[in-house]
Amino acid sequence: MTPILEVRGITKSFGGILAVDSISFEVQSGEILGVIGPNGSGKSTLFNCILGQLRPTAGEVRLEGKPITGLRPSHLNRLGVSRTFQLLQVFPELSVRENLILAGQEHQGSMLSRLVGPRDAGLSEAAMRMIEFFRLGHLANEKAGLLSYGQQKLLDAAMAFMAGPHLVLLDEPAGGVNPSMLSALRERLRAINEEQGATFVVIEHNMEFVMSLCQRLVVLAEGRIIAEGPPDMIRRDAKVIEAYLGD
Amino acid sequence: MKAWRKAAAALGVLAVLVFLIAAPLGLKPYGIYILSLWAVMTVAALGLNITLGYAGQISLAQGSFVGIGAYTTAILTTNGYPFVAGFGLSVVLCFAIGWLLGYPALRVQHHYLAFVTLAFSTLCFLVFRNEEWLTHGVYGISGVPRPSVLGFSLASSLAYYYFCLVGLVLATLAAWWLIRSPWGRAFVALRENPLRALSLGVDTRLYTLMAFAIGSTLGGIAGTLYAPLVQYIDPSPFALGLSLNLLLMVVVGGSSAFFGPYLGALVAVLLPEWLRFTGGLYLIVYSAVVVLLMVFCPTGLLGLAERLFRSAALPRAAALDDSRAETPK
Repeated sequence: MTPILEVRGITKSFGGILAVDSISFEVQSGEILGVIGPNGSGKSTLFNCILGQLRPTAGEVRLEGKPITGLRPSHLNRLGVSRTFQLLQVFPELSVRENLILAGQEHQGSMLSRLVGPRDAGLSEAAMRMIEFFRLGHLANEKAGLLSYGQQKLLDAAMAFMAGPHLVLLDEPAGGVNPSMLSALRERLRAINEEQGATFVVIEHNMEFVMSLCQRLVVLAEGRIIAEGPPDMIRRDAKVIEAYLGD
Repeated sequence: MKAWRKAAAALGVLAVLVFLIAAPLGLKPYGIYILSLWAVMTVAALGLNITLGYAGQISLAQGSFVGIGAYTTAILTTNGYPFVAGFGLSVVLCFAIGWLLGYPALRVQHHYLAFVTLAFSTLCFLVFRNEEWLTHGVYGISGVPRPSVLGFSLASSLAYYYFCLVGLVLATLAAWWLIRSPWGRAFVALRENPLRALSLGVDTRLYTLMAFAIGSTLGGIAGTLYAPLVQYIDPSPFALGLSLNLLLMVVVGGSSAFFGPYLGALVAVLLPEWLRFTGGLYLIVYSAVVVLLMVFCPTGLLGLAERLFRSAALPRAAALDDSRAETPK
């Protein structure tokens, strides 16, 4: 079976510094893969190379067998690859509902139909379902900027799922989220994974969160993969422990 | 509650419209001219509000598009072509040039973009002044005829005022439709977070160019209305001052508030007239009013109105919050 995402020899250098050094891995459909590593190990750079925000110096990315290296983020998103950001990225002046409609409207119809068609692009119901799914129903008509940090994180994730993506890359979804909101987020992500077979790649610092969410982990240090395997194995891996604790 | 607010808003708009229809009846021609000028400038400010207020792309060239529209109409109608030809060509020209002016915005933002559009504004002024074969340079073009609609002449200032008013109403409806469509939502997304918009499949490049093209087109339409209003055009009204004035209208009214430009144009067009009694002091008083407004209310007049409305509604809102906090127990 063709993996949903193949990363082959992705390399990115900034001047003389190799941020990502020839990284290869695969993600199978329906899998939750975690990418961990100490600060500066190249996780975010790798993400940005996969998502078209940075052009890799070398290497190739394939989505369902088709090359997608260097495609514009908007194009990639319409092919079914969605993402969340490390720092909050919602549209504060739009309501929660409008944020979600925006996240879906560009995936259907044409520019013309978006000009002359209905104001909600026919997405009101889908947006409300997604809002209810992420337990934000009571906030649907509030401006997104008025939500708490944790609620905005949930909204951010909801937006990433709005267009029914095949693959979602989550960049530190747990960062700065309080424990009760965190378990809500984990539980929602699991539910989407089980119910819709959605595939995730998660960058995370919160070990407890990533170990309990992911089926498989890839560990980066200094731009290279140093370990790969199920959470239990990674927990005991000598190289991983060394990379985190220093020598 | 929501239906009640909708009805109130509709009544308010209707009342303003009735006032605008009745307003010129007791006025001298100069008063009617000022009202017409307000309608025309509001059309241009509406356009800038789309580019700047909604899509967040600063432009110091909106006055140039008014100039392009005005010159196009003046040149065509004084050479015997009908008004609609001037209108049509202005729309096409301003859309195309506005689109091209959008390209720098794909590379630079904020004050850098302001300087790029400033350069364009200067370029346009030089063309208006120096290309005498086309624009008659500083001598200008006189005798711009006023059109007639279905055999009904618009030569009188009152008739032409109503023509401008109809133009404003149509432009308002078009802008209202645009802002409430998914395009409007994409424009706001572009302003608030282009990176996130891009990652949600929004073609930010296309929407940026569209925001410039559409905003500029409304500027051109304002110019098309302006030329027959004043009947004589020369380069001086379309210098940088007009672009700055239009920017002032959008910001003073409350950028990204739909009705901001109407109030802003009121301030920019009417306030100097009302302040005439102060004689030589009027510019000083005018500037002081604008400075004070910007210091105490950076969100503009509509922002001020909203703030007053909110604080009046606050006790009730607080009570609402309390009841909400209690329900989950």
